Amino acid sequence: MDVTLKLRRYNPEVSDEVSWETFSVVQQPTDRVLDALHTIKWDQDGTLTFRRSCAHGVCGSDAMRINGRNRLACKTLLKDVNPGKPITVEPIQGLPVLKDLVVDMEPFFAAYKSVMPFLITDGNEPTRERVQSQKDRDRFDDTTKCILCAACTTSCPVYWADGQYFGPQAIVGAHRFIFDSRDEGTAQRLEILNDNEGVWRCRTTFNCTEACPRGIEVTKAIQEVKRALIFRR
Amino acid sequence: MATSTPVIQAPRNLASKSNFELYSWLFMRLSGVLLVFLVLAHLFVNLMLGDGIDGVDFAFVAGKWSSPFWQTWDLLMLWLAQLHGTNGLRTIINDYAERDGTRFWLKSLLYLASIVVIVLGTLVIFTFDPCIDPDSTLSVCQ
Repeated sequence: MDVTLKLRRYNPEVSDEVSWETFSVVQQPTDRVLDALHTIKWDQDGTLTFRRSCAHGVCGSDAMRINGRNRLACKTLLKDVNPGKPITVEPIQGLPVLKDLVVDMEPFFAAYKSVMPFLITDGNEPTRERVQSQKDRDRFDDTTKCILCAACTTSCPVYWADGQYFGPQAIVGAHRFIFDSRDEGTAQRLEILNDNEGVWRCRTTFNCTEACPRGIEVTKAIQEVKRALIFRR
Repeated sequence: MATSTPVIQAPRNLASKSNFELYSWLFMRLSGVLLVFLVLAHLFVNLMLGDGIDGVDFAFVAGKWSSPFWQTWDLLMLWLAQLHGTNGLRTIINDYAERDGTRFWLKSLLYLASIVVIVLGTLVIFTFDPCIDPDSTLSVCQ
């Protein structure tokens, strides 16, 4: 199958101009967009730059905007993205582009760090593991699936307009601990997300839920944090 | 061996602890629900009951505002609609204005306009004089 890919190219070492370049490759319909990018990089233009690591939808490195939607290149089959027409591939939006499909993820990770995504407890550590019932574990199961690919945050129109907004991913990261029965940092985390740039900026457009390659119900998680804030104490 | 909790610095300055955004979010939902009822009933009473739209004139308004019930109703509608709209526009300005200066001036203009409408509207509801016309033929002015 002949496939045409239209890639957004940017290399600040050569030019400040952004350009679109078209490549033709021969792939199987069941190949992934990442395979087509590999074919281009390995056989046609070695300067093409993109991130990928595990290439199997777990590491979260290769989130990109494919045909206008944020997806993981390694989980998107060519046959599912209308391969009869040129497939457009761009970097995810709202973060500074470094080169081609690679963006600077630092602002994204900074927002994640600020919700303190680690277990916070008081008192002495138990000598055994912290026991948790299956029901308590299930309460936050959905948000443990996050792989930090940034597909949700960079699909959020509020985040595009205001980079200070924590973004869906940081709220998902906080949700994972806020609803963990073992964690005791709930009050701190809720206070952080009660900020002007916190959960109240969410406009429930559901872009994040649609973008998540792990199927996390992101908007629902954000709403649950809002509810927890309203009914806290 | 003693372990210490790693310190991860928060990358952003948190604004002063305030529940303002929480309350404004809640207010939008609650006032919205109330307004649906208030506005639809208002439209029904004014446009459907009695003579319908043909009955709406100066005397009709004068009649309504002589009753404390409708004064309260209209006051509630005015305040809720105005604050609801102002708060909605405030969030839109926050979302779309890119420069701090633009945001500041747009919001100043918005708050000023909103205050003028609320004050003027409240004043009219409570100081409305049905007999302002000396030749009035309304029954209350006879």
